[in-house]
Amino acid sequence: MEQAKLNSLKKNAVDIRLGILEEVHSAASGHPGGSLSIADIMTYLYFEEMNVDPKNPKMADRDRLVLSKGHTAPALYSALAHKGFFDKSALSTLRQADSFLQGHPDMKGTPGVDMTTGSLGLGFSSACGIALAAKIDGKSYRTYAIVGDGESEEGQIWEAAMFAAHYKLDNLCLVVDWNGLQIDGPVTEVMNPTPHDKKLESFGFHVITIDGHDFEQIEAAFNEAKTVKGKPTAIIAKTVKGKGVSFMENQVGWHGSAPNDEQYEKAVAELKASL
Amino acid sequence: MAEKIATREAYGNALAELGDKYDFVVLDADLAAATKTGVFKKKFPERFFDCGIAEGNMISVAAGIATTGKPVFASSFAMFAAGRAFEQIRNSVGYPHLNVKIGATHAGVTVGEDGATHQCLEDIALMRTIPGMTIINPADAVEARAAVEAALNINGPVYLRFGRMAVPVINDASYKFELGKGINMADGKDVTIVATGIMVDMAIEASKLLANEGISARVINIHTIKPLDKEIIVDAAKATGAIVTAEEHNIIGGLGSAVAEAVCEACPVPVLRVGVEDKYGHSGKVPPLLKMYGLTVENIVEKAKAAIALK
Repeated sequence: MEQAKLNSLKKNAVDIRLGILEEVHSAASGHPGGSLSIADIMTYLYFEEMNVDPKNPKMADRDRLVLSKGHTAPALYSALAHKGFFDKSALSTLRQADSFLQGHPDMKGTPGVDMTTGSLGLGFSSACGIALAAKIDGKSYRTYAIVGDGESEEGQIWEAAMFAAHYKLDNLCLVVDWNGLQIDGPVTEVMNPTPHDKKLESFGFHVITIDGHDFEQIEAAFNEAKTVKGKPTAIIAKTVKGKGVSFMENQVGWHGSAPNDEQYEKAVAELKASL
Repeated sequence: MAEKIATREAYGNALAELGDKYDFVVLDADLAAATKTGVFKKKFPERFFDCGIAEGNMISVAAGIATTGKPVFASSFAMFAAGRAFEQIRNSVGYPHLNVKIGATHAGVTVGEDGATHQCLEDIALMRTIPGMTIINPADAVEARAAVEAALNINGPVYLRFGRMAVPVINDASYKFELGKGINMADGKDVTIVATGIMVDMAIEASKLLANEGISARVINIHTIKPLDKEIIVDAAKATGAIVTAEEHNIIGGLGSAVAEAVCEACPVPVLRVGVEDKYGHSGKVPPLLKMYGLTVENIVEKAKAAIALK
C-alpha cells in the first residue's frame, strides 16, 4: 500500500475513533469497546472498499453493509458522518430522544444504514438475504456483514452460515470482529466459539484470518474475497477491544460504559497524539 | 353441499397465479409441500428458496431481500412463524416496516392429529402487538386468494393466517376483498356474531338456528384483524347491544380481545368470546377437537343467548 494512502486511512481511522468517543461521551452510554475494535475495518470499508454515495444513500446498486453487532453503532455512525452521509455535529446527539441516531442502527431513521440491527444474530441473516437478492437480480454489488465473536454464540449465525454457503453467496463477505471479550468476560470462557476458522470452513466458507488493525492485511483480505467464486468469504479479524485508547484496550468493562469527562479528554489527547 | 378447499391450498395457488403478475420471492422452511408454497416452486423455481428448518434465519433473510425493494413471502406453520420467529418478525421485519408477507399455515386446532406443539393458538395475539403489522385471517379459499393479492398491494409487513383443513367455500365469484373492512354476512338486531376464519361459516349457521328461535343475529366476518374495522363493530354494538366473537385461537389476545377493546372504548356492551379458553391443543380428528374446545355452532348459539341476557 502506498504511504499516502496508508496515512490517509490512518487519519480517517483516528477521526472515526474520535467520533465514537464523542458519541458515547455525549450520550453517557453506549458501547465504546467493540466500536473501537472495528474502527479500522469500518474506515477501510467506507473509504476504500465500498461503492457508496453519501449524496444518494439509497443508490440501487450500492454495496451494502449490515452491522450485525448493532451495539457498535457508534463506529457505523462515525464512519457515515465522516464519509458525508450526514453532518458530523449529529454525533453528539447519539441516543437522545430527538436524535436520528438510535442506540442501535435504524435503517428508517439514519441515512446510509442499510439494515436495522441490534438484536444479535439477526443481521447476518439479513445480509444473506441482500446478497441473495443481488444474485436473483443479476446485480454485481457486494454485501458486507460485521458479526461479533460473542455474537457467534447465537444459533442463528450458523443457520445463516449454512444458508450463505448453500446458496453460494460469493458476493457476501462476513467479517468476524474477534476482539475476544464479551460482557461476562473472555469469549473463550463465557461460551467458546473456537475454532472459529475451522467451524466457518466446515460450513463452506473461504476463511481468511488477519490482524484487524493492519490496513495492508485488511486490504489484502477484501481483495482476496472478491476473487473467491462459488462460496462466501469470512474474514476473521483479530482485533483489540477498545483499540486506540490505552486504558480501554482489552478491558471488558469498556464493553458498554461511557467515559466520564476526564477519561474522555485523556482518550482524545491520546488519539490526537497518535497521528 | 358447498365445495371444500383448505385456505393453505388457496394460498399456494394464489402465489403461483400472482407470480405472473407480480415480481416477488417465496421462502419456505422445509414445509413447501404442506404450506403449499410448493405450487409456486414448481412454476417459478428460480424465485423460490428453501431455507431448511431454520425459521428465524428465514424471516431475517426475507427482511434482507425486502430491503432491496422486492416483496417476499416467507412460509411455515403458524407455530414456527409467529411463535419460533416472533423476535425476528418483530425486529427484522416489523420495526423497519419491511415488505415481508408471512404466510403462516396450519393455524389452530384444525391441524388435528399432530397435536398441541403444532396447533398455534397464540399467533394472532403475538402479531397484534407488533406496530404496523397487518393481520389477515381468511374464512375460505376465495377470501384467501384475495387476501394474498391485497397483501402484495400494500408496502409493509402482513401476517396471513391459513388453515390445514379443507373448509367450505362460502364466498362466490362476486366477492370483493377490502383490506381492513369487515363484511356483513347477515343482518340482525338482537345480537352480533363477529367471527373470523373457519368460525365465519359456523357463525352463519348459528344465526340460522337463532332465527328459528326468534332471535335475530347479525353476522360480521372480520378477515382483517389488524387494522380492525372498528366502525362496523361499534355500529353493531349500537344496533344490537350485545356481541359474541368466534375464533379458532386463544380467547386471550385474538379477535375477541380486539373486539372487546374497540367496544369498550366506544360503546360498551356485553362481549362474550367463543374460542380456545386458555388451553393448549390436543391430538385428534378435527370434529371431536372442535367440540372439545367449544368451537361449535351450538356454543356460538349458547353464547349469543347469554350475551343477550346480559343486556
